[in-house]
Amino acid sequence: MIQTNIDKTAVEEFVCDAHNNQVKKESFASNLKYLLVGTIFGIVFVKAEIISWFRIQEMFRLQSFHMYGVIGTAVMVGLISVQLIKRFNIKTLAGEMVSIPDKTFDKGQIYGGLIFGLGWAITGACPGPLFAQIGSGFLAISVTFMSAIAGTWLYGAFQSKLPH
Amino acid sequence: MIELIKQPWHWAIAGIMIGLTVPTLLLIGNKTFGISSSLRHICAACFPADIQYFRYNWKKELWNLFFVVGVLLGGIIASQFLSNPNEFIVNENTVKDLKALGLTDFSAMMPSDIFSVENIFTPKGLIFLVIGGLLVGFGTRYAGGCTSGHAIMGLSNLQLPSLIATISFMVGGFAMTHLIMPFIFKLF
Repeated sequence: MIQTNIDKTAVEEFVCDAHNNQVKKESFASNLKYLLVGTIFGIVFVKAEIISWFRIQEMFRLQSFHMYGVIGTAVMVGLISVQLIKRFNIKTLAGEMVSIPDKTFDKGQIYGGLIFGLGWAITGACPGPLFAQIGSGFLAISVTFMSAIAGTWLYGAFQSKLPH
Repeated sequence: MIELIKQPWHWAIAGIMIGLTVPTLLLIGNKTFGISSSLRHICAACFPADIQYFRYNWKKELWNLFFVVGVLLGGIIASQFLSNPNEFIVNENTVKDLKALGLTDFSAMMPSDIFSVENIFTPKGLIFLVIGGLLVGFGTRYAGGCTSGHAIMGLSNLQLPSLIATISFMVGGFAMTHLIMPFIFKLF
């Protein structure tokens, strides 16, 4: 499972969790479709109260099924969709093969995951809800947002010194 | 219809819609779903500071920034036009636990005891906003993704590293809620 002999420096080409795998170039205006998908996504976040600090507390106190239901259903729907796309070789709008890069294990997923989990419980927000919380008028969250950018920057600055 | 939409949405509706974001993004443009990477693109675009990690063609990932601006817009639309006219409900056991920690306001989605603008420059603001935000930004990048990139996209694609990350998110959250938070609230 752990490929220890992978040369880390050679894999410096850009791979992140939300990668653009489209080969065909897109116009600036074509980005508007992602704006639209994001908007619907944001509405769901607010209407299902996923942006609520209390819902996250209920989740971590095992006092409500709500968040488990949301995440569990989302994973099931995502899983079935991805399997269908693969099985029937469904092409993208641009006619390309759908490609989803595999994730490689490193210890960052444990250390980073734990650190994010600590932050998730105090802020009541993962990165997605942060945007929707600010949009909903919780203006103090813009501080959390700027801090999250600073945290991202700090990771970038110290990446090579951290255990992975 | 609009009255129905204004009610809080059931978890199954939300789960289905969030889950459908995965194939939607794949099919409209071969994009893998993830949100925390937007924070990295913001750094790469605004403060690259010659750091290796921020030297890449972020313009190719512009779609991700459009997506998160959409999430912000969605927040505005939902709160301005679709807001729930009824009382916000928190589980009674959670209310009891949080009252014991000193919270008093349960009327909105975010407790004003903590997340109000007046608290920004207080020790509460320092912990819940500043330190909390730092942990979220640093942790998601270190883990290579957040709830969307790992828990939803990664698990949908049966990625073991994403399962490990998701379990770590949960362990971190439980530890904060049950072990650390009681001490944080004693500070105020």
